Amino acid sequence: MNADPIVQIRDLTKLYRHGEIDVTALNCVSLDIAAGEFVALMGPSGSGKSTLLHIIAGVDRATSGQCIVQGTDVGTLNETELADWRNNHVGFVFQTFNLIPVLTAFENVELPLLLTSLSSSERRAHVEAALELVGLADRMRHLPRQLSGGQEQRVAIARALVTDPTLLVADEPTGNLDAHSAAEILALLQILNRTAGKTVILVTHDPKAAAYASRTLHLEKGELLNGSSQSSVVSSQ
Amino acid sequence: MAVPLKYNFRNLRVRWRLTLATMLGIALVVAVFVMIMALARGLKATYVSTGDPRNLLVLRKGSTAESSSQITRNEVRLIKYLDGIARDTDGEPLASAEILVLINLDRLDRTGTANVLVRGIGPVGLRLRTNIRLVEGRMFRPGLHECVVSRKIANRFANCRVGEQFRSGRTLWRVVGIFEAAKTAYESEIWVDADEARDVFKRNFYGSILIRPVEDTAAVATMIKRMEADKQLSIRVLPETEYYLEQTKTAAPIQWLGGVLAVVMSIGAAFSAMNTMYAAVSARTREIGTLRVLGFRRRHIYVSFLLESVILALLGGAVGCLFSLPLNGMATGTMSWTTFSEVAFEFRITPELLMKGMAFALVMGVLGGLLPARLAARKPVLDALRSA
Repeated sequence: MNADPIVQIRDLTKLYRHGEIDVTALNCVSLDIAAGEFVALMGPSGSGKSTLLHIIAGVDRATSGQCIVQGTDVGTLNETELADWRNNHVGFVFQTFNLIPVLTAFENVELPLLLTSLSSSERRAHVEAALELVGLADRMRHLPRQLSGGQEQRVAIARALVTDPTLLVADEPTGNLDAHSAAEILALLQILNRTAGKTVILVTHDPKAAAYASRTLHLEKGELLNGSSQSSVVSSQ
Repeated sequence: MAVPLKYNFRNLRVRWRLTLATMLGIALVVAVFVMIMALARGLKATYVSTGDPRNLLVLRKGSTAESSSQITRNEVRLIKYLDGIARDTDGEPLASAEILVLINLDRLDRTGTANVLVRGIGPVGLRLRTNIRLVEGRMFRPGLHECVVSRKIANRFANCRVGEQFRSGRTLWRVVGIFEAAKTAYESEIWVDADEARDVFKRNFYGSILIRPVEDTAAVATMIKRMEADKQLSIRVLPETEYYLEQTKTAAPIQWLGGVLAVVMSIGAAFSAMNTMYAAVSARTREIGTLRVLGFRRRHIYVSFLLESVILALLGGAVGCLFSLPLNGMATGTMSWTTFSEVAFEFRITPELLMKGMAFALVMGVLGGLLPARLAARKPVLDALRSA
C-alpha cells in the first residue's frame, strides 16, 4: 500500500459570512490522508465535516490554509482548472444521488467521460465496466425513476468511478437509504477501497457507517477532535 | 459541446406543456413573418416578371405610372415614325399607343367594389406582348364594346366571365375572352380596343406608347436620349421592364408593415422563450450543480442552456414554416399604391424565405436564452447543489 499522503491539509480555515457575522465552519484544520485509506469524517450537524469534504473535492474554497490533493494545491486553481481537476481526480457521491432524471443509468455514468478524449466505443467499455462493478449491468437502459434508491446510489457510485479517480468522496451517501441498501452501499465503498485501491472519504453522522472506514475523524465546531489526524495509516488488509 | 444534446431534447419533452406553449408562440411569429414576406414577394415577383426587355415605354415627362401619364395624339404620330423603331412585315411601326383607365367593379363575393385597370390596346400592342395567352373565348373586336379579361380578374370580380356583361359609366362591356399573362401585372387588367376606350372614357389623349426599337443596344441608348431631348416632345422613355421594376414600390409598405409587426411580435416571443428558460434553469439548478461537480465547465453549462433555447425556438420556427406553407401559390389581390387599382398576385414562399423564417426563430431563441444561460453558468457549484 502506498503510504504517501494523497491529501495534505494545513491550517485550513473556512469562514462563512452570515450578514454581519462571520461563522467559522473550519478552524485551522490540519490533516493528512494516505493513499488507499478509507476515512470517515464524523460530527454533529454544522461541525464542518461537509465543508471539509467539499474543499478536498474542489467544490468549495477555503478562506485560508492549504489543501493539497495529489500534489495539487486545489486553492490555487481557477474555476475552469478546478472543473477539469474535479473531472480527472475526484469521484463525488451525493446523499441525494443527483442522477440526471432524463438520462438513463448508462448515460448518467457516461457524463464525466464526455469531457475526456475517449472515443464512443471506449466510453461504452468504461461505462459498462463501471456498471458491472456496482452490479447494475442489467439496468443500463433504465431511467433513475425506474430504479430503487439503493440502485440509484450505485449508479452514482459508478459515475464517480468511471473516470478512474484515485479519490472517492461521499457526502452522507446512505442518508436517504434504508438500512439494507445503506449496508450494500457501504460494503461497495469498502470493496472499492480494498480491491481497487481507491482512497475513500466518507462524511457521515452514523457510527455504523463509520465502522466501515479504516480511520474515523471527529469534527466539532470546525475543529478536529482526535489528535490522530496526521497520517496514521491504518492497514485495511 | 460537452453536455449531450439528448439532455436538452429530453428535458424539452419532459416539460412538454411549457415547451409546446413557447413553441407555438414562436411558430405564430414565424408564420406571420413568412406570410407577410411571401405576400410582399409575390407582389414584387408580379412586377419583376412583367415587361419585355426589348420594349421601351414612353410616358409623359414626370409621370411615374401609365394611368397618370398623358401623350397627345400629335405626339403619338411623331413618335411612331421616329427613326430606330422596328417595323413589322407590312412596314407598320411596332409602336402601340395605349390608354389605362380605372373602373370600379363589384367583387365576386359581393364584399364591395375595387378599382380595376382597363387597358385600351391595339393589334400592335398585342404583338409586343408575347406572354399573353387567350385561354377562353376570343379576342375583342373594335367598335362592339367587347373586352377580354384576365383569368385572375375573372375569378375575383362579378360579371367577368365569358358571355357576361358589366357596366362602367354608361357603357355595357361584354366579356368575350379570358387571357392569362404568365403571372405578370397584366393579370390584373381588362383589355379593350384603344380607340374605343378613348371614345367611351372621353379621353382625347393616350396614356403611353410601347415601342420596339431595332435591336441594337448602343442605338437604343442614343434613341432614348434623342427622344427625351426632343423639344417637340415632353416625354420620358424607359425600358418596359424597368418601368415595372419601379412599380415594386407597391410592395414596400407591406414589407415594412410585416417587418414591424414581426419585430414587435418577436419581442413577445423572445420573452416567452426567456421565461421558459428561466423556469428550466430554476427547476434544474441541482442538476447544474451536479454537472459542475462532475467537471463540466461554466461554458459547457452556458452553451447547453443556450442551445436548449435555440432548439426550442427552431422547433417553433419549423412549425411556423409548416403553418405558412399552405399559403404558397394562393392567389389574392391588394391595392397598388402607384396605380390605385387592384393587383392580383400569388403568395410566394421560397426556400430562402423559409430559411429567413428559421433565422428569425434562431434570433428569438438566442435572445431568449442568453440571460437564463448566463444565470445557469454563473451559479456557484455549492449553492446549486444545495437547491431543492
